[in-house]
Amino acid sequence: MSKNNLLVSLDNAGIYKSPKWLIRGVSLEVKSRQIVTLIGPNGSGKTTTAKMVLNILEPDEGSLKRYTNKIAYVPQKINIDWTLPLRVVDFMRLTNNLSNNEIIESLNQTGVEKLFKEQIHSLSGGEFQRVLLARAISKKPELLVLDEPVQGVDFNGEIDLYNIIKNISANLNCGILLVSHDLHFVMSATDHVVCLNGHICCSGKPSSVIKDKAYIELFGEHRSKTLTYYQHEHDHIHDSDGSISS
Amino acid sequence: MFDDFFTRALVAGIGIAIITGPLGCLIIWRRLSYFGDTLAHSALLGVTLAYAFSLNIAFSVFVISAVIALLLLNLQKRTRLAGDSLLGLLAHSTLAIGLVLIGFLSSIRFDIMGLLFGDILAVTVEDIALVWIGGFIIIGILYFIWKSLFSATVNYDLALAEGMKPNIYNMIFTLLLAGVIALSIKMIGTLLITGLLIIPAAASRNITHNPKQMVFVAILIGILSVTIGLFTSLELNTSSGPSIIVIAIILFIISLIPLELRGKLQK
Repeated sequence: MSKNNLLVSLDNAGIYKSPKWLIRGVSLEVKSRQIVTLIGPNGSGKTTTAKMVLNILEPDEGSLKRYTNKIAYVPQKINIDWTLPLRVVDFMRLTNNLSNNEIIESLNQTGVEKLFKEQIHSLSGGEFQRVLLARAISKKPELLVLDEPVQGVDFNGEIDLYNIIKNISANLNCGILLVSHDLHFVMSATDHVVCLNGHICCSGKPSSVIKDKAYIELFGEHRSKTLTYYQHEHDHIHDSDGSISS
Repeated sequence: MFDDFFTRALVAGIGIAIITGPLGCLIIWRRLSYFGDTLAHSALLGVTLAYAFSLNIAFSVFVISAVIALLLLNLQKRTRLAGDSLLGLLAHSTLAIGLVLIGFLSSIRFDIMGLLFGDILAVTVEDIALVWIGGFIIIGILYFIWKSLFSATVNYDLALAEGMKPNIYNMIFTLLLAGVIALSIKMIGTLLITGLLIIPAAASRNITHNPKQMVFVAILIGILSVTIGLFTSLELNTSSGPSIIVIAIILFIISLIPLELRGKLQK
């Protein structure tokens, strides 16, 4: 880790895929204990940017600097073919060696310890997302990249998982890069927001981004105003029973 | 001990089954059946070249298979034709070139049926040594790189992002595949080696629930296929390769039965 806790930085980075730039001119930093979120419409380059940070895609221009190798990743999509018999416990050990206790502990954090011996193919979409997140946590990463980690999770579960994500950055002392559609969570719980649409439209603290013209244009007057209202009135998250958790 | 040709065949065949078990599982997990087939077809060219230049057959087949694998990667960068088209192109062009070259070698005694379908009579003590030493090396490497290779099999991006270096290990895997084809060409023949790679693994999948289990059961089914197949071929005087594959497919059919029964019990 570098002196100022910098984990990763992209400098003016872009990916070209004939015949166009998928994303261009992206500069961003993730520091430890920081949650940086990428928002933007479909096809705006969120996943591409995340993949640049992970070194899955090499930037065609600009550069990537990484100061840690302890990285965990929750991909947007992951298909495991039936021909591969895989239990949750096997999946948890995919890229690191864990004892059964460590695995159960991590699964417990996302509330799916009972699925320990289940076949991956038999899980529901939401259960699978929880297992994916548990696997990432179990690696005790310094940098965690989450690409839409709550997709397919039910409403209460979504709030649970977002709370877990918030806690991870503090408990594990790690930096998080999050791709999310949930503007409410993004605006209330993250430290830095990057709004993409093939390039960086605007970025900064949630409070400044929601006032930005580019942001309002991208997400529409009505929706962005609603969120402005949220931001001003709520600096906390409600638990599933309505109580205030932070 | 190895005086008897049948004992030699059995020892060599069991060695091959131990190697094809894990590699076969990886092939079906990665949907590479046709890739294995292409390498096997190209083996005929390797054998022909071995005869033409008096090279070791296994070595020559290994080199040609490796070249074909690299050629495929190169073609994929140059054209947008789908992978299966490119594999078909490579498989049949190498097969054709191999067959044409055999025509030029008419002065040499050449058992083409043995090449295509395997020949137990041809297994020598040197072949046994080659299979077991080569097999030991292949299994050793596989054991060593298993975690990286397996994580890349489940999800390439995830493995790459988390530092498992899947590109290197995919390349090694391809070479191991070329290696197993080179080692087993004499026993099974070029046309049927893919069968020994995928049928035991496929049968194993039907009755197992985790990756390691599937690998071990695939090895067992492979050994059973080789043993029963060789006895059958001796008894009925049939080619060794086809007999082994026929037994493997019978075992595959048996592996389907528990599923059927389970379905009926649930109703």
